[in-house]
Amino acid sequence: MFVRLVYQSFRRQKRRKLLAGVAIMLGVGVATAMIAVATDIGDKISRELRSYGANLVVTPQEDSLEVQIGGVDLRPPSDGTYLNESDLPKIKGMFWRHNIVGFSPMLPVPVQVESQKTTLLGTYFHRPLRFGKEDFVTGVRLTHSWWKVEGGWPADDSQDVLLGTRLAARLQQHPGDQVEIRGQGYRIAGILSTGSVEDDQVVAPLAVAQRILDKPGAVRRIYVSALTKPEDALAKRDPKSMNPALFDRWYCSPYVQSIAYQLQEAIPHSHAEQIRQVAQNEGTALSRIKGLMLLITLAALFTSALAVSAAMATAIFERRTEVGLMRALGAGNASVAALFFTEATLLALLGGVAGFVGGALLAQQIGRSVFGSSITIEPVLIPVILAIAVIVTCGGSAAAIRRAVKFDPVYALRGEA
Amino acid sequence: MSFIPTQLPETAEVVSRRTRKPHTSMLLRMLMRAAVLRRGRAASALLAMIVAATAATAMLNLYVDVQAKFRSEFRNYGANVVVVAKDGQSLSADALKTANATLSGRGIAVPFAYAVARTVDGRSVVVAGTDFEQVQKLDKWWSVTAWPQTSNVPANTEATGIPVRPPTEALIGIRAAAAISPKNQPFVLSFQGRTLQLTPAGTLQTGAAEDSRIYLPLDSFEAWTGVQPSTIEIAATGSPEEVNATIRNLTQALPAADVRPVRQILEGEARVLGKTRATLLYAAMVIILTAALCVLSTLIGWVFDRKRDFAIMKALGASERLLNGFFAAEAAALGATGALIGFAIGVGVAAWIGRANFHASVAPRFSLLPGVVAGCIVVALISALLPISLLRRVEPAMILRGE
Repeated sequence: MFVRLVYQSFRRQKRRKLLAGVAIMLGVGVATAMIAVATDIGDKISRELRSYGANLVVTPQEDSLEVQIGGVDLRPPSDGTYLNESDLPKIKGMFWRHNIVGFSPMLPVPVQVESQKTTLLGTYFHRPLRFGKEDFVTGVRLTHSWWKVEGGWPADDSQDVLLGTRLAARLQQHPGDQVEIRGQGYRIAGILSTGSVEDDQVVAPLAVAQRILDKPGAVRRIYVSALTKPEDALAKRDPKSMNPALFDRWYCSPYVQSIAYQLQEAIPHSHAEQIRQVAQNEGTALSRIKGLMLLITLAALFTSALAVSAAMATAIFERRTEVGLMRALGAGNASVAALFFTEATLLALLGGVAGFVGGALLAQQIGRSVFGSSITIEPVLIPVILAIAVIVTCGGSAAAIRRAVKFDPVYALRGEA
Repeated sequence: MSFIPTQLPETAEVVSRRTRKPHTSMLLRMLMRAAVLRRGRAASALLAMIVAATAATAMLNLYVDVQAKFRSEFRNYGANVVVVAKDGQSLSADALKTANATLSGRGIAVPFAYAVARTVDGRSVVVAGTDFEQVQKLDKWWSVTAWPQTSNVPANTEATGIPVRPPTEALIGIRAAAAISPKNQPFVLSFQGRTLQLTPAGTLQTGAAEDSRIYLPLDSFEAWTGVQPSTIEIAATGSPEEVNATIRNLTQALPAADVRPVRQILEGEARVLGKTRATLLYAAMVIILTAALCVLSTLIGWVFDRKRDFAIMKALGASERLLNGFFAAEAAALGATGALIGFAIGVGVAAWIGRANFHASVAPRFSLLPGVVAGCIVVALISALLPISLLRRVEPAMILRGE
């Protein structure tokens, strides 16, 4: 009888059930989308924050003191030590390799271009590398996203170079022209604009710089762009003072410090350091954005809970006559309440599943249109969202059900509110 | 039926009432009675309205204000504009003053002067002079063990009458410290034959070129080397347009120097802020839309619920226009009340979110008030007049008979 009552209620009152169901669906949809976006936004924004450039730099361990003003190293090129280019792919072999967005080796060489003293910077542009069985691509186009080239990027195995925009203006050179460096002509593939010291320099494939310097395989420093976790108390501790268990936890967290430690392990005779301007600010920016989304998600959850409660209250209020009839026929308060709660739960589950699917699609849409990548939705969200939907729906109905049950059947049947 | 009046009014009076315009006080009374008699339903409709107005106000307020908050947050990344002297020269002596006057408080300008000095054992090291107080504000990521005291100790005149300056305190980059003063001992640098005794005040770590430099207070640096600042780093605040305007003004004010935007910082900020803003906009749209739909469904339910009133009024001879007007007035009153209360709560919610997340208050934007009120009234009108137009076709008798 009870099952039949529920079944008939759904069959006969399609419009009302649909309205309540749509309200629940909307509420759950918004909640799902907001929770999905809020949980994933940390990942998305930390990728966006990588557009600020590398957050780690690897230099030779026993380097002489840099004498650098305005981006120009005044050290004689014979001075100082170098890293070995052949060690570079090992970066992709370390524990947190998947967090490495990219890296760019740098080799500055003082040169003279048509009576202008400047620096030729050897680097990777978009170079395919291989470590073990894994192929990957790295270079400044990944790590220095603000570098803009008018013309084309040179290929990493070519003899083409980029000319900084201010240098090019002084020399009156254009893409496609030839430029002579140390008696050899190089084709200018493009004009580089960075808003920084490179605007006065020549940027060339690493191999070209090594040949000019006559140091095959030499790299002065490596800029590494890594996805990191905002630092906390553990991150700042000295790894030497930790016990093994704590050290493992520190080593297996993607702190900028532990990634620096692993870079030192991966590249022999190296010293890795966080670039504080980028690394330190990343954490605060990230936590602000995450915090904001969390608060907005809470507000959205609250709003949709109120919306669902209001819809349920309305739906039950409209059925006073029905309650009156049931009670007049001898139904107890408990059985009437049970009927309504069962209906509410059923509605919550149905609307919840539909809302979850809709919310997931909405989250995907937001992810694609804002970040250009999809938003991962944890499967564990499904039971959580459904549970919240059931609790909110039943909670929203409770007050209305109580009032409906208390209402005198006589008045209800006479149609007096 | 319970609503049958005890006294039927005179027919002539009914006719005259029909032709006359509705009495304002009667309309007001009907509105008031409707709200008082059906407290529960009216309250739930009002609540829905308030929730929607709160959500809309809070989201719009945040959307407008959060960008400013994030921008000031992103200024922690340091200078976004650099003024550099052309061709390795020094900037003119009043360049900093000009830059500060151009900024007029909308940013921080910090001068830097550089020179290559030699240690006693002949090693080269870059020495920089700057304003430590300003650097602390500009480059917040500098990890410094102890800042040098910018002391104004007067030069100590000894018996000889020659002023002897106290040893200058310097901030030493961590790599320079390891090479030059590993035990934190005082050391001597020479620049073009002039020597200077320095005591390390603390070490500086940034992970960049600063690590191998030695920083001195600008006045000591100038007195020692005679070199004027060659670079002014500026953190200009404001929107991209305002920063561009600042760059244009600086270029005009300092024709002898190169004014360069730091693209790395500007573009990174634009990108992250753009994405955050877009996400926020989506969230705002979704939340406001849900709240509006919730209002729509609650109000439609409320009006449908009152089809009896509607039928009675119609049976008593109310014109279509009067009925529409009555329900419209009711909806508008509800919308306006809800919007006002919701606006107040929404401003509070936005302020709380601002305080909780940014530790700075989000200023209420009263310019949003007309928009929120208008939006609420429009939604209320739509949700009131939609069911009315449906009910209009139904005979009052059918409704009154309870069918």
